[in-house]
Amino acid sequence: MSRRLLGLALIFPALAVIVFLFILPLVMSAVGAFQVNGAFGWGNFVKTFDLYTKDIVFSVVIISLSTVLIGIASIAIGGYLTLGEHPVAVAILRWLYRWPMFIPFIVVGQILRTFLAKNGMMNNTFINLGLLTPIDAQSFLDWRGIVIAFVWKQTPFVTLLVAGAMASLNRETIDAARNLGASKLRVLIEIVVPQVAMTLTVGLILSFVTMMSVLSVPLMINAQSPTMLTADIAFRVNSYGDYGVANALGLVSLVLASSVAWIYLRASLKERA
Amino acid sequence: MTAATSKSSIVNAWAALWWLPRGIIFGLMAFFIFGPLFNMLLWTVAEKWYFPYSFPLQYGFSSWEKVFAPRGGAIESLSNSLIVALLTVVVSLLLAIPAGYALARLKLPFRSLILLAFLIPQAFPNLTVYVNIARIFYEIGLNGTIPGVVLVHVSHGLVYAVWIATAAFSAIDVELEQAARNIGAGAMRTFMDVTLPLAAPGLMASAIFVFLESLDEFTGSYFVGAPDVNMLPLLLYTSAAGGNYQIASITALLLLVPSLVFMLLVERFLKADVLSRVGH
Repeated sequence: MSRRLLGLALIFPALAVIVFLFILPLVMSAVGAFQVNGAFGWGNFVKTFDLYTKDIVFSVVIISLSTVLIGIASIAIGGYLTLGEHPVAVAILRWLYRWPMFIPFIVVGQILRTFLAKNGMMNNTFINLGLLTPIDAQSFLDWRGIVIAFVWKQTPFVTLLVAGAMASLNRETIDAARNLGASKLRVLIEIVVPQVAMTLTVGLILSFVTMMSVLSVPLMINAQSPTMLTADIAFRVNSYGDYGVANALGLVSLVLASSVAWIYLRASLKERA
Repeated sequence: MTAATSKSSIVNAWAALWWLPRGIIFGLMAFFIFGPLFNMLLWTVAEKWYFPYSFPLQYGFSSWEKVFAPRGGAIESLSNSLIVALLTVVVSLLLAIPAGYALARLKLPFRSLILLAFLIPQAFPNLTVYVNIARIFYEIGLNGTIPGVVLVHVSHGLVYAVWIATAAFSAIDVELEQAARNIGAGAMRTFMDVTLPLAAPGLMASAIFVFLESLDEFTGSYFVGAPDVNMLPLLLYTSAAGGNYQIASITALLLLVPSLVFMLLVERFLKADVLSRVGH
């Protein structure tokens, strides 16, 4: 057996799992989205846009807002880890920011649900500190809760990537700019961030796609209308057995995710050209 | 007092003053990171806790007894979750070790495309995929069975297994393998006695990632496993939906502890030489 054939034979089982358990169902869902009672048709999409246009917009706005906030937070944390001059403060931040990274989404949903509720620990603390009166306390378990949950869970992951990229930058340009009197903020925005833009974009796109497919957070925090597409898909399948509309909704989220990836590809091609 | 020391004491005072904004920001961050976790811990031992009290009125472990009682569901969910996670690790490694070795050592056509293919399950919204897998599995009798759930978790965890295994194998010095071959060891013997032990820490790290990924996976288990195969994330979801915050919080804690322990351990197994090769 030639080496090349041996290599393919060694890889084949793992690749077959991906093909049969992911690519095949993915194709099935794309095909199923266009099937109405066994025939080709646009019916599922008509129904989807009739019933769920509001939720599609809601999902895009929530996830885009979360992505922007994650980006800002990760640049701020990564920037401080790179440019911060006090070793103790940098060490504290490095220890602090990572905690939510490995906490499962379903657990994030549960603990934020109790934390952000009207009578949750956040409001109670603010009331006890005198910052808030009990009458003004409100529940954050709506779109804000979903955004907070996404930012809480995804920021450490993007920060890890961004801080890693920042740490491997050439220190000389940074030090030169600092010596010429540029403020830390200016160095961060004009020198550091442009050089890690690619890593930041990759991290944010991965987060965007992850947030597109998280079911547990919207189910735990806000399953009332308007809600995220994932909750709608689960509802369509569990309550109506309506795979057509579920697949159409899935295709919509697929198109949204791939358009983000496409923007990235175009930007990276432009950068290379 | 000389001018120099008074100047340095002013600088020191300024430096000390900087701890004020730092302290406020770090304090706020700590509140938002640890507050929810502390809230969960309180719920696990709260006997009585209702509006408008900021803290539980009575503490105790009666919810723990309820959860771990024979009919509490936690024992069944916990053992199902552990069985599925362990089987997922075994299957993933059996698939990933040959694949990773081939990707690291052998000449392959479309090598980078093959590597990318394993990323597909992480790079597309996977909810509809699980919905359709559930349909296929239903036809062939795999829906609601442990092997069915394991297969879904394998497809999702394979990217960690294959990518880290590939990195672990390529971090090994080829000359060590050649030396073994030169003194007469066969290809298989060299692999088992030289390559595999050297790659073991990296493979351990990939096993940890796959284990956690399986333990925490909700969507696939929800569509393929429920209601026949009960797992910890599903128990957490149903008890939270039923308003039972004590049981939900205890389940959340059970899911959280392995994640945090492994987070601390993984840096021991995943050394920089392997880490820098992941995805290449």
